[in-house]
Amino acid sequence: MAMRTPLYDWHVAHGARLVDFAGWDMPVQYSGIIEEHTAVRTAAGLFDISHMGRFSFSGPGALDLIQYVYTNNAGTMKDCQVRYGLICNERGGVRDDVLVYRWPYGYAMVVNAANREKILSWLEQHKGSRDVQIEDQTLQTCMVAVQGPKALEVARGLTAADASQLGYYYATATTYRGQNCIVSRTGYTGEDGLEIITTAALAVPLWEDLLARGAKPCGLGARDTLRLEAAMPLYGHELTEDIDPFQAGLSWAVKLDKGDFIGREALLRRRDDRTLPRRVGLELEGKRLAREGAAVLRDGREIGRVTSGTFAPTLNKAIAMAYVDPAHTAPGTALEVDVRGKPVPARVVPLPFYRRAK
Amino acid sequence: MDPKTLRYAPTHEWAVMDGEYCVVGITQFAVEQLTDIVYIDLPDEGDPVFAGKSFGEIESVKAVSDLYAPITGEVAQVNKKLLNDPTLVSQDPYGKGWMIKIKPDQGATLDHLLTLEQYEKQIASEEH
Repeated sequence: MAMRTPLYDWHVAHGARLVDFAGWDMPVQYSGIIEEHTAVRTAAGLFDISHMGRFSFSGPGALDLIQYVYTNNAGTMKDCQVRYGLICNERGGVRDDVLVYRWPYGYAMVVNAANREKILSWLEQHKGSRDVQIEDQTLQTCMVAVQGPKALEVARGLTAADASQLGYYYATATTYRGQNCIVSRTGYTGEDGLEIITTAALAVPLWEDLLARGAKPCGLGARDTLRLEAAMPLYGHELTEDIDPFQAGLSWAVKLDKGDFIGREALLRRRDDRTLPRRVGLELEGKRLAREGAAVLRDGREIGRVTSGTFAPTLNKAIAMAYVDPAHTAPGTALEVDVRGKPVPARVVPLPFYRRAK
Repeated sequence: MDPKTLRYAPTHEWAVMDGEYCVVGITQFAVEQLTDIVYIDLPDEGDPVFAGKSFGEIESVKAVSDLYAPITGEVAQVNKKLLNDPTLVSQDPYGKGWMIKIKPDQGATLDHLLTLEQYEKQIASEEH
């Protein structure tokens, strides 16, 4: 049976349409994807992301273990900083993309729901003789994201610490209704916003408090259109065990000079390999949408495949991300996408498709 | 159109005879399942259509679905307004959101389609 977040009953009671996502019954939409998408771009949307995996690391060997499995450099993080990075296999392929949190007393990691067990066993497998304890806190806690230009205003005064003072990609350990709570200035929508973790028992009060302050409930459907406009990769689509971070355009999250880590040797070779397909953004003509798996063509010859495609509500255009031969990645390149047997003209555009006004 | 007078395909199209033509659209249930319609592909006038076969497609943010002809015949008229504004289908699926009018082949009828009562039973079971 599919797993349920502490907000499952709320979603059902409020007419959400539920789908299975990575083994969880998750809301895909409440009122409609475009309406929810627009709420996040113009005001504030609220997402239940309790399905994401949440691990805490304690013990003197925590940093060393994280450094050994993680492509970014956790050693240069300041207290309360949050940093994006990849976990790679020995071949340099991506096992997961994660956020690492550094606390004065240890570390935490947020991983994709689909990879929670895989990464937990990977960590245990590679911890060796390091003195580190890893605790999977996913099921005891909940996690929600409040995202949009009004997100900080909506969350003001909700927790003991003032989250509006947080720097981008910083977090604070504070309290909500007397219980431990973590607030970070992070997100997966291309907008400003916060992600909040607290005890599972407070999931419904936290959710309803944020709704009462004006946030609109949003499902995974809008989360997908939002992250696609912002060109954020989604594990299982733009990232897999066979794709390396350089192909994905994530070289900024790989620090080859930080010391040894799993996949480093392979990545040193792959970094300069000009034969590997690269991630690009495509804008399609018309409103027909390129879906995952659609062939990308140049002069009738297949040069790549679409990994995600949608209608971009903010841009009012059909967009897609694809992996294509590196010879065809220059912005402006005219290509075609085979949309269910009909070639649709497309052109390579710079990523992200959408960038919020600062 | 009054949903009570329409006939229904299990694939969520409705059909009704209007003079010599059969008017075709999709149901409120289909619209609710699709949501956020962004694109509709319809045949040209004069194209043949076959009962149970695809005559076009409808694309929402989430997915693309085929549209199935409820009756065999020839496309007599296409609701071209939908090509510019596919949201008419979600706003008024039984009225302004009609899709095509088919001139049925000799002897083709709507008798094989579901009544409203039968169709409602089907969607009740799909919702579980």
